[in-house]
Amino acid sequence: MSAVDTPSAPEGRQHEQVDTVVVRFCGDSGDGMQLAGTQFTNVSAAFGNDVSTLPDFPAEIRAPAGTIAGVSGFQICFSSQDIFTPGDEVDTLVAMNPAALKSNVADLKRGGTLIVNEDAFEKSNLVKAGYDKSPLDDGDALAGFRVHRVPMTRLTRDSVEGLGLSQREADRCKNFFALGLVYWLYDRDPKPTEDWVNAKFGSKPAIAEANMRALKGGSNYGFSTESFTVHYEVPPAKLAPGKYRKITGNEALAMGMAAAARQSNLDLVYSGYPITPASDILHELAKFKHFGITTFQAEDEISAMSAAVGAAFGGTMSVTASSGPGICLKGEAMGLGVITELPMVIIDVQRGGPSTGLPTKTEQSDLMLVMFGRNGESPLPIVAPATPGDCFWMMQEALRISVEFMTPVVILSDGYIANGAEPWMIPRIDELTPIHVDHPDSANTENGFQPYLRDERLVRPWVRPGTPGLEHRVGGLEKADVTGNVEYSPDNHQHMSDTRLRKVQGIASFIPEQEVNGPKSGDLLVISWGGTFGSVRTAVQQCQEAGKSVAHTHLRYMNPFPKNLESIIRNYKQVLIPELNLGQLAFIIRSRFLVDAISLNKIQGKPFKVSEVISKINDVLAN
Amino acid sequence: MSSLLPQLTAKDFASDQEVRWCPRCGDYSILAQMKKVLPDLGIPREKFCFVSGIGCSSRFPYYMNTYGFHSIHGRAPAVATGFKLAQPDMQVWVITGDGDALSIGGNHLMHAIRRNIDINIVLFNNQIYGLTKGQYSPTSPLGSKTKSTPYGSVDNPLNPLSVAIGCEATFVARAVDVDIKHLTAILKRTAAHKGTSFVEVYQDCNVFNSGAFYYASKKGEKEDNIVYLEHGKPLIFGKDRDKGVRLNAHGRIEVVELSSGISEDDLLFHDENAEDPSLAFLLAQMRHPEFPEPLGVFRDVERPVYDEAVRSQVTHAREQLGEGNLDALFNSGDTWVVDE
Repeated sequence: MSAVDTPSAPEGRQHEQVDTVVVRFCGDSGDGMQLAGTQFTNVSAAFGNDVSTLPDFPAEIRAPAGTIAGVSGFQICFSSQDIFTPGDEVDTLVAMNPAALKSNVADLKRGGTLIVNEDAFEKSNLVKAGYDKSPLDDGDALAGFRVHRVPMTRLTRDSVEGLGLSQREADRCKNFFALGLVYWLYDRDPKPTEDWVNAKFGSKPAIAEANMRALKGGSNYGFSTESFTVHYEVPPAKLAPGKYRKITGNEALAMGMAAAARQSNLDLVYSGYPITPASDILHELAKFKHFGITTFQAEDEISAMSAAVGAAFGGTMSVTASSGPGICLKGEAMGLGVITELPMVIIDVQRGGPSTGLPTKTEQSDLMLVMFGRNGESPLPIVAPATPGDCFWMMQEALRISVEFMTPVVILSDGYIANGAEPWMIPRIDELTPIHVDHPDSANTENGFQPYLRDERLVRPWVRPGTPGLEHRVGGLEKADVTGNVEYSPDNHQHMSDTRLRKVQGIASFIPEQEVNGPKSGDLLVISWGGTFGSVRTAVQQCQEAGKSVAHTHLRYMNPFPKNLESIIRNYKQVLIPELNLGQLAFIIRSRFLVDAISLNKIQGKPFKVSEVISKINDVLAN
Repeated sequence: MSSLLPQLTAKDFASDQEVRWCPRCGDYSILAQMKKVLPDLGIPREKFCFVSGIGCSSRFPYYMNTYGFHSIHGRAPAVATGFKLAQPDMQVWVITGDGDALSIGGNHLMHAIRRNIDINIVLFNNQIYGLTKGQYSPTSPLGSKTKSTPYGSVDNPLNPLSVAIGCEATFVARAVDVDIKHLTAILKRTAAHKGTSFVEVYQDCNVFNSGAFYYASKKGEKEDNIVYLEHGKPLIFGKDRDKGVRLNAHGRIEVVELSSGISEDDLLFHDENAEDPSLAFLLAQMRHPEFPEPLGVFRDVERPVYDEAVRSQVTHAREQLGEGNLDALFNSGDTWVVDE
């Protein structure tokens, strides 16, 4: 952070330019913290900062007000640099009540700015949060932070006075007061938020006006009181030239589907059952009907998967999404997709498990489930996007692989990249993945149509039913190659099992080679996959800057692995695999390549901090 | 349109696969009637798809020379739903059994029916698990002695028609496997109905539950045990057509002798188009041996069809918003430009 005094600082106050800031809004789940965080993200992205976000909310829609269980938070890192994570430590923490303070203050940097809603620190809230006495009055509790006690409830009510709002309605504007204050603190242009308020509450002018006044009230408070002696500026980031928008992982998956449908000239049927954190994909996609996309909200996960198989047999692009518990239920029908060799994509937005687990928290613990969690030998390709924006590209990759190789494909997303946002460079249409689909219209042999006659890549034809002369039957029973007739003979089952595996393995020749960031050989290779990309890349880069012999390779293709992965691994003395599970990729890498890989495991419902990965890298290098 | 099609015959609908049901299985008859009915529908062969679950009946698609999918246990209605959404112009049949549809697949059956998606569900009810060799099924009568219930079953059976009518199915019918003429007529009606058609077929499992439906199929016996439903006509049955069914003063069904004092006009007249499903439900409660069991169409009403509504939303969206434009989609919302 470089501090410079600028003559334009308001009221003669110190004006600091900084390159990266982490802000976290936290409060009760009814306090509108997700909205405040999203607005701050939009405003910062539109200003041109690089942004990375971490929403963190409870599984309960409204846990008892004021309790620790009900605390909802939204962290955003915004920067003038190219950043990959929402940040380890918080520079400015906004806490709307004691419970929010208690459960979040540990992440606030020493010397960081703490803004609290003083009005919420009354007896009953203190008791609910487990405070014996108010931390605001406890000399030691918050020493080391720059504490700003702001009577937000009262000031918000004052701001909206005269609009005829009930007290409850007035109090719901508190988040905008807090937002306005933080906008002032970081010199944000509130215009995108003002536009949003007008669009959202256009039909309720009093509510719109109240939110505008609260926003302004917060900003004015920062400007006019003496308590904020420093005012910060984070210049726009030097991102690659181009046009950008903000995107979350789930939005990117939905757009990726629309893009793939358009690129292939096929309609797309999406079936899903509501489940956190995958439901937003369905919500997003339901708006895309004019792209020829049909959405089907099924009666259960089994139905959603079965319908996906049915739609695939029907000759359209077919996608379903869920999270771990739903993927368990889908397993049998996924196997049906494998044996009938039909193209479909199954998205698993991973969350904490087992069972219902941590519905709203991130984890990477379904790798083994999607790799092996079906009866019989049931191989299928798996891809894992690295960032929210990468979900757009990997969605198209998954659909491309599924239709080009006639196989179900799994996408392993996770709660962190599904809900997290980042700037996304808007692609040109001619940059999109071409997807070639060729539904046959005539028989493939002189003896009529043979549904399991394969090409040189072992791929069988995909007929669109309704095509005359190509009537055929598929099903879950083992079948003879070429004819597809039911066949139980020993040699045939060996042949078909081998063939299905070889077909999936062969996809390795049709995906990009694995890339390495850092030296091509050396002391340590760090292998990560999926949504941990940002933390691991940042950690390895910092170690490289410190002169360590460490390289990073990030996997987006989990099955099959890129062909050159083994040769990369052989070039380093040691291998470290950080994962948000108890060592699933490490298990596979160890068995596949007989390498003594070291694990860094975290299973707390949260992404890695950069510091955690750096610390492990240093440990490994020291031994 | 149909006049331009080559006239197909039952043979055109037979696949090259050897049919492997047990000798004298009722499934043979249903397969034969289906192959007889399809050529008369004026629909080209490639426009049919048969979807099934698991069980003896679910081998059915392998024997039809149409598009077909032998799926997994209980899931045929869900697979068929996905298929119909992808292929709204095809005629989709679901072939299922009592275990497949009412036990493991009960949820999918219920939801297919309440959506009123345009598929034809034919449930072969043999009151037994045949493929797994003789366990009692959700339609086996109370007290059934089977491999899994040597002391007799103690759970109440489901009435397939009660389930369908309870879900407000728009077309509900019942037929018997060997009552060929009637079965053919019912399958034709099933095919003609828009929305979910649900047909229960009493089907004899010659090996594990032989004779379960002889009361409804044996000549000389069935006449007193069944009553054919005909729209707008009174419910009359019996060898000498001397018995009838009427609603008594308490709204209950009762069997009466057509003799002095009771005429046909006093009987219950069947109305398959009644919007209210109560009458159909009442008829479904007539069980052997207390009552003659009705055969025929219980209910045939028009309701919005799911797949048509889904398609019309897509069409409407295209009209309102224009054909989806990726560039416009990507550039929607707040955007900003980073210069060189």
